[in-house]
Amino acid sequence: MTLTLGHFLSLGAILFALSVIGIFLNRKNLIVLLMAIELMLLAVNMNFVAFSYYLGDMRGQIFVFFILTVAAAESAIGLAILVQLFRNKSSINVDELNSLKG
Amino acid sequence: MDVKAGLFYVFAALLLFAALRVVTARNPVHAALYLVWTFIQAAMIWLLLQAEFLAMVLVLVYVGAVMVLFLFVVMMLDIDFDAMRLGFRRHLPWAGLIGVVVTLQMAAVLMGGFRMTEPKAMAVLPLAGEASNTRDLGVLLYSEYVLPVQIAAVILLVAIVAAIALTLRERKDTKHIGADAQVRVKSRDRMRVVQMAATQPAQEPAPPPAEPAAGAPAAERKP
Repeated sequence: MTLTLGHFLSLGAILFALSVIGIFLNRKNLIVLLMAIELMLLAVNMNFVAFSYYLGDMRGQIFVFFILTVAAAESAIGLAILVQLFRNKSSINVDELNSLKG
Repeated sequence: MDVKAGLFYVFAALLLFAALRVVTARNPVHAALYLVWTFIQAAMIWLLLQAEFLAMVLVLVYVGAVMVLFLFVVMMLDIDFDAMRLGFRRHLPWAGLIGVVVTLQMAAVLMGGFRMTEPKAMAVLPLAGEASNTRDLGVLLYSEYVLPVQIAAVILLVAIVAAIALTLRERKDTKHIGADAQVRVKSRDRMRVVQMAATQPAQEPAPPPAEPAAGAPAAERKP
């Protein structure tokens, strides 16, 4: 039994489903939500790399490169907002972030 | 079953276990450490797919930088983690259901095709003599994708500025010197030339106490 493209795509799909489960489970904890988003991006990157290898096209890896860049920027800004939020409200509970609700 | 398939199953099992622990760990510090483990296993799988440069970048950037950032933030904030997990049991059935549905939907798509076992040969790029993932990536990145690279650089710059501007907190009680005022200063602002006589005349005798000066203290005015 040799590896097929489907193996890697299945791994990415299960990883994505796990991170969706994580978003549902940790609806209150903003830090774990950010971690689940990182896992989702990892699943997408896994698919990109697998397709790049099996289709013989380098451009998939270029896309992974840019996704990594944007993900790093996103998590840096997200954590900065998180720190600022905790300074102002002393909580990172998502349910308490309703100041804009009016 | 060849060695590569065996390695894939080992890495995939570790990856999925670590990912499951990330979303179910009680302590976010443990979640962050399991996320490090997840990224390392993903880098191993990318090495199986001959994406060596990206595997190294994943370890360096994610494990080295982003996860350390996560750990810093988790340890810096004083959070009541047990209150965060109040709805955990209640959400568990829904989360499991959604996860199974997502997996089944993706499986329905994935089972149809994608039975490729042999990878196609990498398209040979100009200037790329020997097979080197890093070199191929670099050639492509700096020829065809120069503009996206510049845009990515701008995105990173904006992210730096935004992250610093968001978390910068100025203290009000320090003897802070404005850098702009310091740069703008001229030499004539530093020194003031005062014209005054070299010798002072002797003091005249004090006036009689009948009419005290306006600004004299009250204690002297009484007698």
